Formats: sequence, C-alpha cells, structure tokens
Amino acid sequence: MTARQGDREGRWAWRLTGFVTLLVYIFMFAPIVATIVLSFNSSMFGGFPMTGFSLQWYGKLLANEQVMAAFRTSMWIALVTAAVTTAIGVATAFALVRFDFHGKQMLSTLVILPALVPETILGVGLLVLIKAVDQPRTLLILVLGHILLAVPYVVLIVQARMVGVRRVYEEAALSLGASRFAAFREITLPLLVPAVVAGALLAFTISFDNTSASLFWRPAGVETMPTQILSMLKISISPEINALGTVMILVTVGIPLVGGIILQSLTRLRRRGEPKEETQ
Amino acid sequence: MTKGWTLYDPRLAWMLVAPVLLLLVFFLLLPIAVMMVYTFFTFVTAGVEQGTLTLANWHEFLTDSYYHGFLFKTLRVGAMTAIICGVLGYFPAYFIWAATFRHKWLLLLLLIVPFWISFTIRTFSWINILGEQGVINVTLLRLGLIHEPLQMLYTEGAVIMGLLHFLLPYMILNVYVSLESIDRTLIAAARSMGCTSAHAFREVTLPLSLPGLMAGLLLCFVLAAGSYVTPQLLGAGRDALFGNLIYDTIMGQLNWPMGATLSIVLFVVLGFFAAIYTRYMGMSQIVKGLGG
Repeated sequence: MTARQGDREGRWAWRLTGFVTLLVYIFMFAPIVATIVLSFNSSMFGGFPMTGFSLQWYGKLLANEQVMAAFRTSMWIALVTAAVTTAIGVATAFALVRFDFHGKQMLSTLVILPALVPETILGVGLLVLIKAVDQPRTLLILVLGHILLAVPYVVLIVQARMVGVRRVYEEAALSLGASRFAAFREITLPLLVPAVVAGALLAFTISFDNTSASLFWRPAGVETMPTQILSMLKISISPEINALGTVMILVTVGIPLVGGIILQSLTRLRRRGEPKEETQ
Repeated sequence: MTKGWTLYDPRLAWMLVAPVLLLLVFFLLLPIAVMMVYTFFTFVTAGVEQGTLTLANWHEFLTDSYYHGFLFKTLRVGAMTAIICGVLGYFPAYFIWAATFRHKWLLLLLLIVPFWISFTIRTFSWINILGEQGVINVTLLRLGLIHEPLQMLYTEGAVIMGLLHFLLPYMILNVYVSLESIDRTLIAAARSMGCTSAHAFREVTLPLSLPGLMAGLLLCFVLAAGSYVTPQLLGAGRDALFGNLIYDTIMGQLNWPMGATLSIVLFVVLGFFAAIYTRYMGMSQIVKGLGG
C-alpha cells in the first residue's frame, strides 16, 4: 500500500468518524428537543403534529397540586442529600488521600460499590433490612439511601482534586499554630472549592433524578418528582408531562450551568485580585 | 487535635471516614447480608414469611425455566446494549480526542448535559420519537411512505434504544478518558516510521484505548442488565427484564423471600462479570471513568 492511498483511506475514516459523531449527538438530543417542542403544542394529545403554540400545559402543571407537592419533596430531599453527602464525602476523601491506615485500600473500593451495584439490588436490600427489623419506611431512610447513592461520586471527584493539592500548604499553616480544623478550613477547603461544588451539584442531581431505588424506599403516600412522572405515565403521555419534562430539564441543566458560570467568574475575580498567584 | 496523636494519626482518619463507613455498613453491606438470609426464609402468603429455613426459593429458581428465561434475556439485552454502545461510542470519543478545533470543550459539555437531565424524562421522551404520534411515524405518514403507524414503541428494540440513550455518554467518556492518557508522540512516531494513519490507529491508538473501552463495556452491561425504568416505560410486558421481575415479585406479589433470592442472583451474576473484569483490568479505569 502506498502512503498516498493510506492517506486517502485515513481521510475517509476521519469523515466517517465525524459523521457517526454527528449521528450520535443527534440521537442523544432529538428526543429531548422533541419533548421541549411538544410541551408548547396546543393539541390535546401528547404527540405530533403541532397544531399551534400554547402555554396552557404549563398553567395546568402549576395548578396540579400533586405535581407541586412532589416537586417540593424532591427539592428538599435533594438539598439535604447534597449538603450531607458533600460534608461526609469531603471528610472521607481527605482521609483517603492524606492518611495511611489499615483497610484504606478496602475502604476506597467499598466506597465506589454503590455506584456499581444495580439500584434494584440496593433498593431491595435496604427494604428487606427495614422489614427484618420491623421499621416503617420514612423520609429519613429515603434521604440516607440517596446519600449512599451519591457518596461514590462526591468522594471520587474530591479525591481527584485533593491529590493535586500539596499537603505542605496545610502543614505550613499547622506549624504556624493553626488548629487542625482551621488549617483545613482556611487552606485545604478553598483550594478544593471547584471539586466540592461539582460534587454537591452532582449529588443534588443524583438525588433529584433517582427513580428505581426511590420506588422501593419512599414512604407510603410520598411521591418524588420521578416517581410522580412514572405514575402519570401509567395513564398516558399527555402534553402536561412534556411540559413537566421541560421544566425539569430547565431546573437540572440550569442549576449546574449557572453554578459553573458563577464559579468561573468568582475564580476570575479572585485571580484579578491576586495577580501573582502561583499556578498549580 | 487530641494530645499525643501524630500529625497523620490513623485514629483521626477513622473519625473522618466514620460517617461514610457507617452508611456503607448499614445501608449496603448489612442489607445484602440480610437479603442473603432472607433467601432461605419460607414464604407463607403475600407479605408474610416465616423464619423457618428452607431451600424452597433456591429450588424454585433453579428448576423453573420461567426464571432462567428472564435471566438469559436480561444478559442478552445487556450484552447487545453494551456492544452497540461500544461501537457507536468509540467514534465520538475518538473524534473529540483527535479534533483540533477550538470549541471542542462544547462537545464534551454536551456529553455531560444528559447526566443532568432526569433519566425518567430522557426515557419517556423516546415516546415522542417512536410512538404512534411520534416524529418518525408522523413524518412517514405525511410522506405517504406508510399508511398506518409502525409499531416501534413497546418492543425490545425500543428498550435497547432507550438503554443506548442512557448509556452512550458513559461509554464515550470512558473511552475519551483512556484516549486522553495516550502519549500522542507515540502516534507521531508510528507515522514517521512509515505507518499509514489507519495502521497507526490499529497498532497504537486502539490497543492503548482498550482499557477505557473495556471499562465502558462493563459499566454499560451492568447498568443495562440492572435497569428497571427503561423496560417499564418503553417495553411491553414480554420485554420486562430481571429488574422488573424483582420489583413485581416484591412490590406486586409481596413475595419477599423470592424477591431477595432473585436480587441475590442478579447481584452474583453481575458481580461475576465485574470480577472477571477486575481480575484482568483492575479497578482504576472504572474509578477514572466514574470520576469524570
């Protein structure tokens, strides 16, 4: 094979790669776009063709007390989950990166298990345990379950960042008389901010989105947003569901995006304040 | 700091990990242990079981071909999904890695966006594409290519489609992370030694990106085989997977011992594949893929 032929082959392969990439991205986003478009359809049926532009389904949604209750429940659960998971996840990541102790290797494997074990199994397991000790399903259990599901991601993200933060900074603070906690708060934590925020946002989304496990864990009569959508879908796909989906997309995509933008402008501001900051 | 403790005292480490450790013990390990015990309990009637130990549940699972059918179908759907994900996902990962234009971070961001969108919503949005009033059917009807809507929803194909949609970002990110760690001078070296670009890809890039591809395959397989929502929303009754079987056994029939047995079966089967994987590839690649 001459080099020239090979290059032509390479060019075709590259074009094919680009084409498949485009198709995959269309595949990823077409259903989401269709849902958003349909939420503005004035037709009574949740489907094409478009018969006109209307916001009526959003109005219906706001008036739907069940949906609003589920939304509030999910918001609270996700906020608590994000806060607690971030706190205990950062502590664990700190211990795993900075300390040496027996069982450290086992713990770091154990901590990612909740992300690998199928949710159905986690769901059934906890439920069987609760039944075995004759306890009712409570919101507390649901929240703790969500924390379990989110912990691996927070620990991994913070751990990855913490490895890059040199311990001499903390040790310098300690040698200058700072308490252990003060050194962590004043030195380590600020350097970890991007990872902490990313972890908290991911924990929030994991909790807010969680479906399978929540179906098992939720107390009787409590609906979270995803379980509410599931039970609405059992009846039929209505334009109201498309509107609900669109609102959810705006919330779950909007919050991290805005968070990321705020974070970036904050770092930029700080950079401007301290122009001579050493780059890591 | 407590007096007499060294700077990096293990006792302090244990205090720091205690909350997470307790959570893992009480919400992960203990439940699985109790579930194992439950598989030997006797089912009396819906919602009631006795602590009398029996092998009846295991006997039922091992002899009833109904369960075997579910297990094989689940493994088949999981494997098909993982393989299609691998094939389709490699292209975008390679494209993003090799592309040189300025805004390729946007392509990466677009891959992460689906993680933020509720999984339930992403799944049901397929109804708007595949359903009788979905994009495909309405377009084909308008064009006069078909005279009545095609049955695409509530089939196994729709279930696999939904799983692909859910899992492709995982696969692409895994492969991408693995490609990123390749030393690009290796490829330049191969080219300068006379390799064509196709040759260099086959001999250098592909083998070096295999760990990411394998991690992606395992992740996709395990997540697909453990799925519950997708078959529930996009499949008909006959497309139910093992997760649906478990849910129905526990929440529908209230047969807890059998539900526990089925859960343990799924846990062991998927754990078996994960163990084979870690035996050859180790855990580190999965950790990289999950941490993004």
